[in-house]
Amino acid sequence: MEKRLEVLKTYKIYIGGQFPRTESGRFYAAKNAAGQQLANVCLSSRKDFRNAVVAARGAFGGWSGRAAFNRSQILYRIGEMLETRKAQFIDELVQQDLTVAQATTEVNLAIDRLIYYAGWCDKFQQVFSAVNPVASSHFNFSVQEPTGVVAIIAPQNTSLLGLVSVMAPAIASGNTCVILASEQKPLCAVTFAEVLNSSDVPGGVINILTGKISELAKWFAEHMDVNAVVYCEKDAANKNMFREKAAVNLKRVHFYDNVNWTADEGQSPYFITDLTEVKTTWHPVENIAGAGGGY
Amino acid sequence: MATTKKKTTNTIKLKFDTDWTYAPAPESKSAATIDKQYDLFIDGKWQKPTSKKYFDTINPATEEKLSEVADANEADVNKAVTAARNAYDKTWKKIPAKERAKYIFRIARIVQEKSRELAVIETLNGGKPIRESRDFDIPTAANHFFYYAGWADKLEYAFPNRKSQPLGVAGQIIPWNFPLLMAAWKIAPALATGNTVVLKPAETTPLTALKLAEIIQEADLPPGVVNIITGAGTTGAALVNHPGVDKIAFTGSTEVGKIIQRATAGTNKKLTLELGGKAANIIFEDAPIDQAVEGVINGIFFNQGHVCCAGSRLYVQESIAKEVIKKLKDRIETLLVGDPMDKNTDIGAINSKQQLQTIQKYLAIGKKEGAEIFQSSCPIPKKGFYCPPTLFTNVAQSNRIVQEEIFGPVLSILTFRTDDEVIEKANNTPYGLSAGVWTDKGSKVFNMTKRMRAGVVWANTFNKFDPTSPFGGYKESGFGREGGLHGLEGYLKF
Repeated sequence: MEKRLEVLKTYKIYIGGQFPRTESGRFYAAKNAAGQQLANVCLSSRKDFRNAVVAARGAFGGWSGRAAFNRSQILYRIGEMLETRKAQFIDELVQQDLTVAQATTEVNLAIDRLIYYAGWCDKFQQVFSAVNPVASSHFNFSVQEPTGVVAIIAPQNTSLLGLVSVMAPAIASGNTCVILASEQKPLCAVTFAEVLNSSDVPGGVINILTGKISELAKWFAEHMDVNAVVYCEKDAANKNMFREKAAVNLKRVHFYDNVNWTADEGQSPYFITDLTEVKTTWHPVENIAGAGGGY
Repeated sequence: MATTKKKTTNTIKLKFDTDWTYAPAPESKSAATIDKQYDLFIDGKWQKPTSKKYFDTINPATEEKLSEVADANEADVNKAVTAARNAYDKTWKKIPAKERAKYIFRIARIVQEKSRELAVIETLNGGKPIRESRDFDIPTAANHFFYYAGWADKLEYAFPNRKSQPLGVAGQIIPWNFPLLMAAWKIAPALATGNTVVLKPAETTPLTALKLAEIIQEADLPPGVVNIITGAGTTGAALVNHPGVDKIAFTGSTEVGKIIQRATAGTNKKLTLELGGKAANIIFEDAPIDQAVEGVINGIFFNQGHVCCAGSRLYVQESIAKEVIKKLKDRIETLLVGDPMDKNTDIGAINSKQQLQTIQKYLAIGKKEGAEIFQSSCPIPKKGFYCPPTLFTNVAQSNRIVQEEIFGPVLSILTFRTDDEVIEKANNTPYGLSAGVWTDKGSKVFNMTKRMRAGVVWANTFNKFDPTSPFGGYKESGFGREGGLHGLEGYLKF
């Protein structure tokens, strides 16, 4: 019998619910530790990033306007889809130098993390919002609302878990995001986009690019229609650059450079509240009629 | 008053019998499988009752037998509590919280998957319109499981600076008005907080709870974590009095609630009670009248008025009383009373013969007290238990139909002039479960919500429920809350 030739997957980027190639037509080679080439991956450009921000902004109104319960169902659905495609992710993680046991742990953690944040969607406001007992006759309350479009540079040392750990809390509250996948381990990010695409996540809510931090980071920091940036590496020069350039439109800057994503500290509702704004509403309370207190 | 000009209103009386006729749209029974007989669900298995006794469960819309269910006696209750205790000690309390969560998520998903079957059985066994079981009871039950599943591994955020622990075995007794939904309200938070459960559904509506037992089996919960036993009041009493139970959660009448509070005195059993109500629904003259009328109709006729938070006392500001009453009467005439399985039906069957007799007793009392009765002229099926939607006008605050819970489609209408007056009247009741306010003025809404002595206040809406929203009463409507973050507390010690 003739040996069957394997069909190789084209690793594309994910923008607005579609899988385009980079508009630049460029690529870079994803390699494992031994230097073996795993795939040709899109080397996304500034223009790709700008397209992704347009898609994210377009999706923001709809996504943030959904009931928290609905977002919760969708995050859970992503978890379900990931669970059913576990083998594929384990396979890719093994290609990217993990043992089968390590890969299995990483995928399991990623699924459980999605379920964890699915649970938070309709609960974090209950924990962190407040009814404020102002002295005047007003009903006054403060709730968290999503910040807007979040540009995220995913943790570099993991292919799947880091990406999920920064993505899930961002979208839980209703933000939309553009994520740059791990530069050295990009395979799972692209495959994860395929999971997202079959999980009832509206197009544009999560956009995933592959490419180089050195080339794209400054556009993440500078873009005028991005409301917050997340950076997870210790690189001091990049951190300074983010701080400085983010000032152009007062982006919120969050550094998660000290988080062990495989530990319990890799998940918490504070990752959600970091990417929210507090909105306070005042409403007058009529103060007539003395009755009512006596019963 | 000597006004000569008659005030006219814009309402056109809709004549549904002539202008609109609805072809029957019956839901098929084929989506539901009901066994001939059900045993007790104890320790993950279906077990024959020690009592060897079974009792019939019927369809109140036709009085036909649907199935027969086991009558659990004291020995059966003991078996169930022992199973729950073993499950708590040996498995459930050792399972990591996030795994516990995933079990509850599974239950939520399977309830969603089987929603059609559950809706059909809920309607067959309880008499509520299929539209309500399909669009409210079953989805809300699933959502409740889904919501509480997420809490299981987040409890340290719900109670800052306190270390929470489960109580152990929770004994739960639920009513017949929302059988599956009440089971979800009880079981979901109990499991999320790490307790094991013995649940007793109401005598007249056991079937969806037994279906839930099948779902729990299918979700592969460890045996004994949830036990479901059927029976009447004596079964419930045995559960309340069992020394191995750490928590009693009861939803039902204030009368039984008081008995339970007495029975658990001197024990360490934690108690939550969700009891009766006599909600005031208040319409101010600046309210959007048509919306208010719809809200009042929904408030009292939802689920045949078998709702502890039903808006059974209507307070209308005097200046608009005539118009509101006319609109209510017109609206009532358009309500379709009859076969609960018909998708057009607005008001289904009264849950049991006994409850129908109670309602009829109050109709007689109301008339005897001098109130004026108005009932829909709609035809009522010959077989089954039915009561047409009913209004009482010319009612006094002291009348029994204003003071006592009827638990049926009966609305008492009173009028008021000032804010002070209506606040006094609305709060003048031993109950305090819910209240409704209708006004276009936001500042008045918040004034009223502040002054109503009730656990839930609806403004320009009524009978809204959500898993995230705590529910429960002031005063003799019970204590403790179910739903939301606050619903966790009843199942934890600190």
